[in-house]
Amino acid sequence: MTDLPSKAPARKLGLVIDLDTCVGCHACAVNCKEWNSGGFAAPLTDTDPYGAEPDGVWFNRVHSFEADTHGKGRTVHFPRSCLHCDNALCVTVCPTGASYKREEDGIVLVDEDKCIGCKLCSWACPYGAREYDANEGVMKKCTLCIDRIYNQNLEEAQRVPACVSTCPVSARHFGDLADPESDVSRLVADRGGRPLMPELDYAPVNRYLPPRTYRSQQSPLNATADSVEGKFLQWVDRLLS
Amino acid sequence: MHPAYSVIFFTVSSGTGYGMLFLMSVLALIGRLSVDPWFTWPSFVIAFGLVTLGLLSSLLHLGHPERFLKALTQWRSSWLSREGVLAIATYGPSGLFALGWLFFVTDAQNPGPIVGLLAVATGLLCIATVFSTSMIYASLKPIPQWFRRDVSTGYLSLSFASGALLLGAIGAITGATAGFVSAVALVGLIVAFVIKARYWRGIRNALPTVTAASATGMDQGARVRSLDLPHTEPNYLQKEMGYHVARKHGDKLRRVSYVAGLGVPVLALIVGLGSGGGAAIVAAVIAAVSGHLGIVVERWLFFAEATHTVTLYYGAESV
Repeated sequence: MTDLPSKAPARKLGLVIDLDTCVGCHACAVNCKEWNSGGFAAPLTDTDPYGAEPDGVWFNRVHSFEADTHGKGRTVHFPRSCLHCDNALCVTVCPTGASYKREEDGIVLVDEDKCIGCKLCSWACPYGAREYDANEGVMKKCTLCIDRIYNQNLEEAQRVPACVSTCPVSARHFGDLADPESDVSRLVADRGGRPLMPELDYAPVNRYLPPRTYRSQQSPLNATADSVEGKFLQWVDRLLS
Repeated sequence: MHPAYSVIFFTVSSGTGYGMLFLMSVLALIGRLSVDPWFTWPSFVIAFGLVTLGLLSSLLHLGHPERFLKALTQWRSSWLSREGVLAIATYGPSGLFALGWLFFVTDAQNPGPIVGLLAVATGLLCIATVFSTSMIYASLKPIPQWFRRDVSTGYLSLSFASGALLLGAIGAITGATAGFVSAVALVGLIVAFVIKARYWRGIRNALPTVTAASATGMDQGARVRSLDLPHTEPNYLQKEMGYHVARKHGDKLRRVSYVAGLGVPVLALIVGLGSGGGAAIVAAVIAAVSGHLGIVVERWLFFAEATHTVTLYYGAESV
């Protein structure tokens, strides 16, 4: 059924992504592709992968922006994936019931056996979270790694989405955003985590932590110019020049 | 948005077909639908043909057309599903209405209560189906040029006008409608293009609804510029939703749409109404052909000028 769950999901599993920490290495996107090429929504078809016009399905894409924040410009690396919205229009526009939001954890999924490939859900998603697999004729999207997070064959520490497990700087956090006491909810509260495009009222579950305020950055040499250490360094500088 | 030919053809073709069926049902109810088989047979065949060709064309762009029956299940939430259900439901009453009119009605003034009821059902279902088509687009919040009420009035009025143009041409060729349908087409066309003119001015003057800052969670009002894309070659999102038409080309095509869709048909219809015989036939045919050309250009613009919020991640600073 493409009606949304009648009552709010008990748990809202989702991601909190730290835009201050993300270094834009694309490891999350690559590990996502790697895991999901054999996962619930497999295959993530590529066309012409080594040719002139490579194309293919990815659930996670890392953009880089130049943003004016706090009076200064800085590079912001921005990983983009499904936000598992509470008010997911991609679900309600689906004519076949292929698109659905789970009541137990709020995850939005596609039942590929029901999908007719009309692409309307991808039009209805403001975030570009859904990508069409032209080879299979069905729509694909992030599953929040349902085949990892509930997987009893994995060690407990590994039961997180592939993107979270691989992030080398821990910029990605996974948890229950409906529970105000969860680590991710605390992180959102502490850092002022934000929803994307709140004016469209999709009520996304995922949150993004904005870049931190800059600390003043003075050169250590200037700071100590009049100190003993500074005078010593100036003497060394003269000696070497 | 990418202007897919299958969807442009579908909306124009089925729009014209439903416009014809709607007008024929109204004409039947007011006693002005001819019973001349030289007029009624081609009119019904062409109307059902256009509707059916349009629906088949819309199936062509599906990844799994063979599963289309599943698309009839989610009418409670999905306008696309509602459109499918209504399109199929319309065949029932409109088909019976056509059969009744073709085989049983001999006096246009007195079609009888059953055919009358079928005409009412046909008219209402045609409106509901075209309205559902328009709501597929008008319910999409990420596309500000579509998330508007005048998308529905535009679709309904153009469907009516294009159906009237074609029915007027068939009527003129067969000598069955004596100018009345052409006069209806004239009014319908002017109303439709007034709605479109207001729509085009509206989308041009609309303030941006979402910025790249809001799309990336940056401070409100902060300037956010795309620096590097995640991939070197265009992906599905860019091909499907990143279609961009230069404003100068858009303006040129809009003029083509005005001239072909409104100017030429209005002149031709007025000439046709003022003359008779062969000149009226030529005028009605020119009006129908040119009008449809203008409406195809209008439909192409409807898709090509629509911008999607996903472009905020691919270089647009506001949508």
